[in-house]
Amino acid sequence: MNAFFSLLKRDLLLAVRSRAEALQPLFFLLVVVTLFPLGLGPGPALLAKIAVGVIWIAALLASTLSLDKLFRADFEDGSLEQFLTSGHSLSLLALAKIIAHWLSTGLPIVLFSPLLAIWLNLPHEALPVLVKSLLLGTPIFSLIGAIGAALTVGLRQGGQLLALLIFPLLIPVLILATGAVSAATDNLESSAYLLWMAAYAVLMLTLAPFACAASLRISLS
Amino acid sequence: MTNPPNKDPEKPACLRVESLVFERWFIPVFEPINFQIEAGETLLIRGANGSGKTTLLRLLAGFLEPSEGKIFLPGQALAWLGHKLGIKDALSVRENLQFLARLYNTQATEALITDTITQLGLMRVADQDAGSLSAGQKKRCAFGTLLFQPDAIWLLDEPYSSLDKQGMDIVDRLLKQHQQRNGITVLATHGVLAPAQLEVRELIIEGFQDDYYAESLA
Repeated sequence: MNAFFSLLKRDLLLAVRSRAEALQPLFFLLVVVTLFPLGLGPGPALLAKIAVGVIWIAALLASTLSLDKLFRADFEDGSLEQFLTSGHSLSLLALAKIIAHWLSTGLPIVLFSPLLAIWLNLPHEALPVLVKSLLLGTPIFSLIGAIGAALTVGLRQGGQLLALLIFPLLIPVLILATGAVSAATDNLESSAYLLWMAAYAVLMLTLAPFACAASLRISLS
Repeated sequence: MTNPPNKDPEKPACLRVESLVFERWFIPVFEPINFQIEAGETLLIRGANGSGKTTLLRLLAGFLEPSEGKIFLPGQALAWLGHKLGIKDALSVRENLQFLARLYNTQATEALITDTITQLGLMRVADQDAGSLSAGQKKRCAFGTLLFQPDAIWLLDEPYSSLDKQGMDIVDRLLKQHQQRNGITVLATHGVLAPAQLEVRELIIEGFQDDYYAESLA
Protein backbone atom coordinates (compact mmCIF):
# COMPACT_ATOMS: atom_id res chain seq x y z
CA MET A 1 0.00 0.00 0.00
CA ASN A 2 2.99 2.21 0.62
CA ALA A 3 3.85 2.04 -3.08
CA PHE A 4 0.19 2.67 -4.01
CA PHE A 5 0.03 5.92 -2.07
CA SER A 6 3.45 7.14 -3.14
CA LEU A 7 2.55 6.57 -6.80
CA LEU A 8 -0.76 8.39 -6.27
CA LYS A 9 1.12 11.24 -4.65
CA ARG A 10 3.72 11.32 -7.42
CA ASP A 11 1.11 11.44 -10.17
CA LEU A 12 -0.82 14.22 -8.44
CA LEU A 13 2.42 16.13 -7.98
CA LEU A 14 3.19 15.69 -11.68
CA ALA A 15 -0.31 16.93 -12.53
CA VAL A 16 0.24 20.02 -10.38
CA ARG A 17 3.64 20.62 -12.04
CA SER A 18 2.06 20.53 -15.50
CA ARG A 19 -1.13 22.38 -14.58
CA ALA A 20 -1.88 23.61 -18.10
CA GLU A 21 -1.90 20.08 -19.44
CA ALA A 22 -3.88 18.67 -16.53
CA LEU A 23 -6.59 21.33 -16.81
CA GLN A 24 -6.93 20.97 -20.59
CA PRO A 25 -10.03 18.73 -20.32
CA LEU A 26 -11.75 21.23 -18.07
CA PHE A 27 -11.01 24.11 -20.46
CA PHE A 28 -12.29 22.03 -23.35
CA LEU A 29 -15.52 21.38 -21.46
CA LEU A 30 -15.97 25.04 -20.58
CA VAL A 31 -15.33 26.19 -24.15
CA VAL A 32 -17.72 23.67 -25.74
CA VAL A 33 -20.52 24.37 -23.29
CA THR A 34 -20.01 28.12 -23.62
CA LEU A 35 -20.18 27.98 -27.40
CA PHE A 36 -23.49 26.13 -27.58
CA PRO A 37 -25.77 29.03 -26.54
CA LEU A 38 -23.86 31.29 -28.94
CA GLY A 39 -24.37 28.86 -31.80
CA LEU A 40 -27.97 27.90 -31.11
CA GLY A 41 -29.32 31.20 -29.85
CA PRO A 42 -30.00 31.99 -26.23
CA GLY A 43 -33.63 30.80 -26.01
CA PRO A 44 -34.02 29.54 -22.41
CA ALA A 45 -36.47 26.76 -23.30
CA LEU A 46 -34.24 25.32 -26.02
CA LEU A 47 -31.15 25.48 -23.81
CA ALA A 48 -32.92 23.78 -20.91
CA LYS A 49 -33.92 20.99 -23.26
CA ILE A 50 -30.44 20.34 -24.59
CA ALA A 51 -28.47 21.14 -21.41
CA VAL A 52 -28.01 17.56 -20.18
CA GLY A 53 -26.95 16.21 -23.54
CA VAL A 54 -24.47 19.03 -24.17
CA ILE A 55 -22.87 18.83 -20.74
CA TRP A 56 -22.59 15.07 -20.81
CA ILE A 57 -21.24 14.77 -24.35
CA ALA A 58 -18.73 17.53 -23.64
CA ALA A 59 -17.74 15.84 -20.37
CA LEU A 60 -17.28 12.52 -22.18
CA LEU A 61 -15.08 14.04 -24.89
CA ALA A 62 -13.15 16.11 -22.36
CA SER A 63 -12.42 13.06 -20.20
CA THR A 64 -11.19 11.00 -23.12
CA LEU A 65 -8.89 13.82 -24.32
CA SER A 66 -6.27 13.15 -21.69
CA LEU A 67 -6.53 9.36 -21.60
CA ASP A 68 -3.90 8.75 -24.24
CA LYS A 69 -1.28 10.16 -21.89
CA LEU A 70 -2.35 8.10 -18.89
CA PHE A 71 0.35 5.43 -19.22
CA ARG A 72 2.36 6.84 -22.13
CA ALA A 73 4.74 9.00 -20.10
CA ASP A 74 5.56 6.13 -17.76
CA PHE A 75 6.02 3.81 -20.74
CA GLU A 76 8.36 6.17 -22.53
CA ASP A 77 10.58 7.13 -19.60
CA GLY A 78 10.92 3.58 -18.28
CA SER A 79 8.89 4.00 -15.08
CA LEU A 80 6.68 1.14 -16.22
CA GLU A 81 9.64 -1.25 -16.31
CA GLN A 82 10.49 -0.19 -12.78
CA PHE A 83 6.89 -0.86 -11.68
CA LEU A 84 7.07 -4.32 -13.23
CA THR A 85 10.32 -5.34 -11.53
CA SER A 86 9.41 -3.72 -8.21
CA GLY A 87 7.42 -6.84 -7.32
CA HIS A 88 4.29 -4.88 -6.44
CA SER A 89 0.94 -5.83 -7.88
CA LEU A 90 0.76 -4.05 -11.22
CA SER A 91 -3.04 -3.90 -10.87
CA LEU A 92 -2.70 -1.93 -7.66
CA LEU A 93 -0.23 0.49 -9.25
CA ALA A 94 -2.51 0.87 -12.28
CA LEU A 95 -5.39 1.66 -9.92
CA ALA A 96 -3.29 4.37 -8.26
CA LYS A 97 -2.66 5.92 -11.67
CA ILE A 98 -6.37 5.72 -12.58
CA ILE A 99 -7.40 7.40 -9.33
CA ALA A 100 -4.81 10.14 -9.85
CA HIS A 101 -6.15 10.64 -13.38
CA TRP A 102 -9.70 10.97 -12.13
CA LEU A 103 -8.72 13.38 -9.36
CA SER A 104 -6.88 15.61 -11.84
CA THR A 105 -9.34 15.51 -14.76
CA GLY A 106 -12.69 14.01 -13.67
CA LEU A 107 -13.16 15.78 -10.36
CA PRO A 108 -12.72 19.32 -11.75
CA ILE A 109 -15.42 18.52 -14.32
CA VAL A 110 -17.79 17.42 -11.55
CA LEU A 111 -17.02 20.53 -9.51
CA PHE A 112 -17.65 22.91 -12.41
CA SER A 113 -20.80 21.18 -13.67
CA PRO A 114 -23.29 23.18 -11.53
CA LEU A 115 -21.95 26.38 -13.07
CA LEU A 116 -22.43 24.97 -16.57
CA ALA A 117 -25.90 23.74 -15.71
CA ILE A 118 -26.94 27.22 -14.64
CA TRP A 119 -25.32 28.67 -17.76
CA LEU A 120 -27.49 26.33 -19.89
CA ASN A 121 -30.62 27.00 -17.86
CA LEU A 122 -31.01 23.43 -16.60
CA PRO A 123 -34.02 23.22 -14.20
CA HIS A 124 -32.80 23.53 -10.62
CA GLU A 125 -34.44 20.31 -9.47
CA ALA A 126 -32.24 18.37 -11.90
CA LEU A 127 -29.00 19.89 -10.64
CA PRO A 128 -28.25 17.42 -7.81
CA VAL A 129 -28.90 14.50 -10.14
CA LEU A 130 -26.57 15.94 -12.77
CA VAL A 131 -23.77 16.24 -10.20
CA LYS A 132 -24.45 12.75 -8.88
CA SER A 133 -24.46 11.28 -12.39
CA LEU A 134 -21.15 12.97 -13.20
CA LEU A 135 -19.71 11.79 -9.90
CA LEU A 136 -20.54 8.23 -10.92
CA GLY A 137 -19.83 8.60 -14.60
CA THR A 138 -16.44 10.33 -14.75
CA PRO A 139 -14.68 7.55 -12.75
CA ILE A 140 -16.08 5.06 -15.29
CA PHE A 141 -14.49 7.13 -18.07
CA SER A 142 -11.13 6.97 -16.32
CA LEU A 143 -11.44 3.24 -15.58
CA ILE A 144 -12.53 2.15 -19.06
CA GLY A 145 -10.22 4.65 -20.70
CA ALA A 146 -7.29 3.24 -18.74
CA ILE A 147 -7.85 -0.20 -20.27
CA GLY A 148 -7.74 1.32 -23.74
CA ALA A 149 -4.73 3.46 -22.84
CA ALA A 150 -2.86 0.41 -21.53
CA LEU A 151 -3.63 -1.54 -24.70
CA THR A 152 -2.46 1.22 -27.03
CA VAL A 153 0.50 2.49 -25.01
CA GLY A 154 3.05 0.73 -27.21
CA LEU A 155 1.58 2.06 -30.45
CA ARG A 156 2.86 5.25 -31.98
CA GLN A 157 -0.55 6.50 -33.16
CA GLY A 158 -2.65 4.96 -30.42
CA GLY A 159 -5.05 7.88 -29.97
CA GLN A 160 -7.60 7.08 -32.66
CA LEU A 161 -7.58 3.38 -31.87
CA LEU A 162 -8.08 4.22 -28.22
CA ALA A 163 -11.22 6.22 -28.99
CA LEU A 164 -12.55 3.43 -31.20
CA LEU A 165 -11.94 0.87 -28.44
CA ILE A 166 -13.55 2.69 -25.55
CA PHE A 167 -16.49 4.65 -27.01
CA PRO A 168 -18.77 1.59 -27.33
CA LEU A 169 -18.17 0.87 -23.64
CA LEU A 170 -18.89 4.49 -22.65
CA ILE A 171 -22.23 4.75 -24.48
CA PRO A 172 -24.25 3.00 -21.71
CA VAL A 173 -22.95 5.61 -19.26
CA LEU A 174 -24.12 8.42 -21.53
CA ILE A 175 -27.58 6.87 -21.99
CA LEU A 176 -28.07 6.19 -18.29
CA ALA A 177 -26.82 9.60 -17.19
CA THR A 178 -28.93 11.61 -19.60
CA GLY A 179 -31.88 9.35 -18.69
CA ALA A 180 -31.38 10.12 -15.01
CA VAL A 181 -31.17 13.88 -15.48
CA SER A 182 -34.13 13.97 -17.90
CA ALA A 183 -36.20 12.02 -15.39
CA ALA A 184 -35.26 14.49 -12.66
CA THR A 185 -36.20 17.39 -14.96
CA ASP A 186 -39.66 15.86 -15.37
CA ASN A 187 -39.92 15.35 -11.60
CA LEU A 188 -39.68 11.58 -11.98
CA GLU A 189 -37.68 9.11 -9.93
CA SER A 190 -34.10 8.95 -11.20
CA SER A 191 -32.51 6.60 -8.69
CA ALA A 192 -32.91 3.52 -10.92
CA TYR A 193 -30.64 5.09 -13.56
CA LEU A 194 -28.12 6.16 -10.94
CA LEU A 195 -28.06 2.72 -9.34
CA TRP A 196 -27.35 1.15 -12.73
CA MET A 197 -24.51 3.61 -13.18
CA ALA A 198 -23.19 2.74 -9.74
CA ALA A 199 -23.32 -0.95 -10.66
CA TYR A 200 -21.37 -0.25 -13.85
CA ALA A 201 -18.83 1.81 -11.88
CA VAL A 202 -18.31 -1.00 -9.36
CA LEU A 203 -17.96 -3.55 -12.16
CA MET A 204 -15.31 -1.45 -13.87
CA LEU A 205 -13.54 -0.67 -10.60
CA THR A 206 -13.24 -4.42 -10.09
CA LEU A 207 -12.17 -5.38 -13.60
CA ALA A 208 -10.24 -2.42 -15.00
CA PRO A 209 -7.10 -2.65 -12.81
CA PHE A 210 -6.57 -6.30 -13.79
CA ALA A 211 -7.25 -5.61 -17.46
CA CYS A 212 -4.80 -2.69 -17.32
CA ALA A 213 -2.09 -4.78 -15.71
CA ALA A 214 -2.46 -7.52 -18.32
CA SER A 215 -2.45 -4.99 -21.17
CA LEU A 216 0.62 -3.21 -19.81
CA ARG A 217 2.54 -6.48 -19.63
CA ILE A 218 1.66 -7.20 -23.25
CA SER A 219 2.67 -3.69 -24.27
CA LEU A 220 6.08 -4.06 -22.64
CA SER A 221 7.02 -7.31 -24.38
CA MET B 1 2.55 -12.63 -15.13
CA THR B 2 4.26 -13.09 -18.44
CA ASN B 3 7.23 -14.86 -16.93
CA PRO B 4 6.94 -15.98 -13.35
CA PRO B 5 10.44 -16.68 -12.04
CA ASN B 6 10.92 -20.43 -11.87
CA LYS B 7 12.17 -21.00 -8.41
CA ASP B 8 14.72 -23.74 -8.06
CA PRO B 9 14.63 -25.18 -4.56
CA GLU B 10 17.88 -27.12 -4.89
CA LYS B 11 20.14 -24.21 -5.69
CA PRO B 12 18.57 -21.14 -4.19
CA ALA B 13 21.38 -18.72 -4.79
CA CYS B 14 22.25 -19.20 -8.42
CA LEU B 15 20.86 -17.93 -11.64
CA ARG B 16 20.73 -20.60 -14.33
CA VAL B 17 19.78 -20.34 -17.97
CA GLU B 18 19.30 -23.49 -20.04
CA SER B 19 19.27 -23.51 -23.84
CA LEU B 20 17.49 -20.20 -23.93
CA VAL B 21 16.11 -19.18 -27.30
CA PHE B 22 14.11 -16.13 -28.17
CA GLU B 23 12.44 -15.82 -31.53
CA ARG B 24 11.23 -12.61 -33.04
CA TRP B 25 8.75 -13.38 -35.81
CA PHE B 26 9.95 -17.01 -35.77
CA ILE B 27 13.57 -15.99 -36.33
CA PRO B 28 15.88 -16.71 -33.39
CA VAL B 29 17.68 -13.62 -32.14
CA PHE B 30 20.73 -15.53 -30.85
CA GLU B 31 22.07 -19.06 -30.60
CA PRO B 32 20.81 -21.07 -27.60
CA ILE B 33 22.32 -19.62 -24.45
CA ASN B 34 23.48 -21.59 -21.41
CA PHE B 35 25.07 -20.23 -18.28
CA GLN B 36 24.97 -20.42 -14.53
CA ILE B 37 26.10 -17.78 -12.09
CA GLU B 38 26.45 -18.26 -8.37
CA ALA B 39 25.95 -15.78 -5.57
CA GLY B 40 28.62 -13.11 -5.58
CA GLU B 41 29.39 -13.45 -9.28
CA THR B 42 29.12 -10.80 -11.93
CA LEU B 43 28.28 -11.75 -15.48
CA LEU B 44 29.32 -9.45 -18.26
CA ILE B 45 27.44 -9.93 -21.50
CA ARG B 46 29.39 -8.76 -24.49
CA GLY B 47 28.22 -8.54 -28.04
CA ALA B 48 27.94 -6.27 -31.01
CA ASN B 49 25.04 -3.88 -31.57
CA GLY B 50 21.95 -5.90 -32.31
CA SER B 51 23.37 -9.18 -31.08
CA GLY B 52 20.62 -9.57 -28.52
CA LYS B 53 22.18 -8.36 -25.25
CA THR B 54 19.20 -6.25 -24.33
CA THR B 55 16.84 -9.03 -25.40
CA LEU B 56 18.62 -11.44 -23.07
CA LEU B 57 18.39 -9.00 -20.18
CA ARG B 58 14.72 -8.37 -20.87
CA LEU B 59 14.16 -12.12 -20.84
CA LEU B 60 15.88 -12.36 -17.45
CA ALA B 61 13.81 -9.45 -16.14
CA GLY B 62 10.62 -11.19 -17.23
CA PHE B 63 9.50 -8.56 -19.74
CA LEU B 64 9.79 -11.12 -22.54
CA GLU B 65 8.92 -14.78 -22.51
CA PRO B 66 11.46 -17.31 -23.81
CA SER B 67 10.49 -19.14 -26.97
CA GLU B 68 12.43 -22.18 -25.78
CA GLY B 69 14.58 -23.07 -22.82
CA LYS B 70 14.32 -22.15 -19.18
CA ILE B 71 15.42 -19.44 -16.79
CA PHE B 72 15.87 -20.44 -13.16
CA LEU B 73 15.93 -17.44 -10.87
CA PRO B 74 16.67 -17.57 -7.18
CA GLY B 75 13.82 -16.22 -5.11
CA GLN B 76 15.25 -12.72 -4.93
CA ALA B 77 13.81 -9.54 -6.28
CA LEU B 78 15.11 -8.11 -9.54
CA ALA B 79 16.51 -4.64 -9.96
CA TRP B 80 16.36 -3.41 -13.52
CA LEU B 81 18.14 -0.50 -15.11
CA GLY B 82 17.77 -0.22 -18.84
CA HIS B 83 18.15 2.49 -21.46
CA LYS B 84 14.99 4.13 -20.19
CA LEU B 85 15.84 5.37 -16.75
CA GLY B 86 12.48 5.74 -15.06
CA ILE B 87 13.28 9.28 -13.97
CA LYS B 88 10.59 11.96 -14.19
CA ASP B 89 11.75 15.21 -15.77
CA ALA B 90 9.26 17.33 -13.87
CA LEU B 91 10.40 16.10 -10.45
CA SER B 92 13.58 17.06 -8.68
CA VAL B 93 16.38 14.57 -8.07
CA ARG B 94 15.30 14.30 -4.45
CA GLU B 95 11.64 13.72 -5.32
CA ASN B 96 12.56 11.10 -7.91
CA LEU B 97 14.69 9.23 -5.40
CA GLN B 98 12.04 9.51 -2.69
CA PHE B 99 9.51 7.90 -5.00
CA LEU B 100 11.89 5.13 -6.08
CA ALA B 101 12.79 4.39 -2.47
CA ARG B 102 9.15 4.01 -1.52
CA LEU B 103 8.47 1.88 -4.60
CA TYR B 104 11.04 -0.60 -3.36
CA ASN B 105 9.66 -0.62 0.17
CA THR B 106 12.62 1.08 1.69
CA GLN B 107 12.04 3.42 4.57
CA ALA B 108 12.52 6.63 2.63
CA THR B 109 13.99 8.62 5.46
CA GLU B 110 15.51 12.00 4.79
CA ALA B 111 18.90 10.63 5.86
CA LEU B 112 18.75 7.75 3.39
CA ILE B 113 17.83 10.01 0.50
CA THR B 114 20.54 12.52 1.35
CA ASP B 115 23.07 9.72 1.72
CA THR B 116 22.06 8.29 -1.67
CA ILE B 117 22.36 11.68 -3.34
CA THR B 118 25.83 12.12 -1.83
CA GLN B 119 26.92 8.65 -2.97
CA LEU B 120 25.80 9.43 -6.50
CA GLY B 121 27.60 12.78 -6.46
CA LEU B 122 24.45 14.80 -7.11
CA MET B 123 24.41 17.01 -4.02
CA ARG B 124 24.82 20.18 -6.07
CA VAL B 125 21.75 19.49 -8.20
CA ALA B 126 19.63 17.69 -5.59
CA ASP B 127 16.71 20.12 -5.75
CA GLN B 128 16.89 20.78 -9.46
CA ASP B 129 14.35 19.30 -11.88
CA ALA B 130 15.67 16.10 -13.42
CA GLY B 131 14.74 17.52 -16.81
CA SER B 132 17.44 20.16 -16.46
CA LEU B 133 20.19 17.62 -15.77
CA SER B 134 22.69 16.35 -18.29
CA ALA B 135 22.30 12.80 -19.62
CA GLY B 136 25.08 11.59 -17.35
CA GLN B 137 23.65 13.21 -14.22
CA LYS B 138 20.27 11.71 -14.99
CA LYS B 139 21.86 8.31 -15.36
CA ARG B 140 23.54 8.74 -11.97
CA CYS B 141 20.19 9.62 -10.46
CA ALA B 142 18.75 6.40 -11.87
CA PHE B 143 21.42 4.39 -10.04
CA GLY B 144 19.39 5.17 -6.93
CA THR B 145 17.20 2.28 -8.11
CA LEU B 146 20.10 -0.07 -7.38
CA LEU B 147 21.09 1.49 -4.08
CA PHE B 148 17.56 0.96 -2.80
CA GLN B 149 17.64 -2.73 -3.73
CA PRO B 150 20.88 -4.11 -2.28
CA ASP B 151 19.45 -7.62 -1.95
CA ALA B 152 18.16 -7.94 -5.48
CA ILE B 153 19.69 -9.43 -8.60
CA TRP B 154 20.94 -6.48 -10.60
CA LEU B 155 20.21 -6.46 -14.31
CA LEU B 156 22.00 -3.56 -16.01
CA ASP B 157 21.87 -2.66 -19.67
CA GLU B 158 24.84 -0.54 -20.74
CA PRO B 159 25.40 1.01 -17.30
CA TYR B 160 28.37 3.00 -18.53
CA SER B 161 26.70 4.86 -21.36
CA SER B 162 26.75 8.65 -21.16
CA LEU B 163 28.77 8.67 -17.91
CA ASP B 164 31.97 10.58 -17.28
CA LYS B 165 35.03 9.09 -15.58
CA GLN B 166 33.72 9.87 -12.12
CA GLY B 167 30.33 8.40 -12.99
CA MET B 168 31.99 5.23 -14.23
CA ASP B 169 33.90 4.99 -10.98
CA ILE B 170 30.60 5.18 -9.14
CA VAL B 171 29.27 2.26 -11.21
CA ASP B 172 32.43 0.25 -10.52
CA ARG B 173 32.14 0.96 -6.81
CA LEU B 174 28.48 -0.09 -6.75
CA LEU B 175 29.27 -3.30 -8.63
CA LYS B 176 32.13 -4.09 -6.25
CA GLN B 177 29.95 -3.49 -3.19
CA HIS B 178 27.26 -5.70 -4.65
CA GLN B 179 29.76 -8.48 -5.29
CA GLN B 180 31.09 -8.23 -1.74
CA ARG B 181 27.51 -8.59 -0.48
CA ASN B 182 27.31 -11.86 -2.45
CA GLY B 183 24.88 -10.30 -4.86
CA ILE B 184 24.41 -11.37 -8.47
CA THR B 185 24.87 -8.82 -11.24
CA VAL B 186 24.25 -9.30 -14.94
CA LEU B 187 25.37 -6.42 -17.09
CA ALA B 188 25.51 -5.93 -20.81
CA THR B 189 27.96 -3.78 -22.70
CA HIS B 190 28.82 -3.48 -26.35
CA GLY B 191 32.45 -4.14 -25.62
CA VAL B 192 34.59 -1.08 -25.07
CA LEU B 193 33.76 -0.46 -21.44
CA ALA B 194 33.95 -3.05 -18.72
CA PRO B 195 34.06 -3.00 -14.94
CA ALA B 196 37.52 -2.12 -13.68
CA GLN B 197 39.18 -4.05 -10.86
CA LEU B 198 36.40 -6.56 -10.67
CA GLU B 199 36.33 -10.25 -11.27
CA VAL B 200 33.73 -10.95 -13.91
CA ARG B 201 32.55 -13.92 -15.93
CA GLU B 202 32.06 -13.14 -19.56
CA LEU B 203 29.43 -14.28 -21.94
CA ILE B 204 29.81 -13.34 -25.56
CA ILE B 205 26.68 -13.58 -27.60
CA GLU B 206 26.58 -13.53 -31.32
CA GLY B 207 23.42 -12.44 -32.94
CA PHE B 208 22.14 -13.73 -36.26
CA GLN B 209 21.05 -10.38 -37.52
CA ASP B 210 23.95 -9.22 -39.57
CA ASP B 211 26.92 -11.20 -40.86
CA TYR B 212 29.13 -8.15 -40.86
CA TYR B 213 28.85 -7.79 -37.10
CA ALA B 214 29.47 -11.47 -36.50
CA GLU B 215 32.66 -11.31 -38.57
CA SER B 216 33.95 -8.21 -36.87
CA LEU B 217 33.35 -9.84 -33.52
CA ALA B 218 35.38 -12.90 -34.48
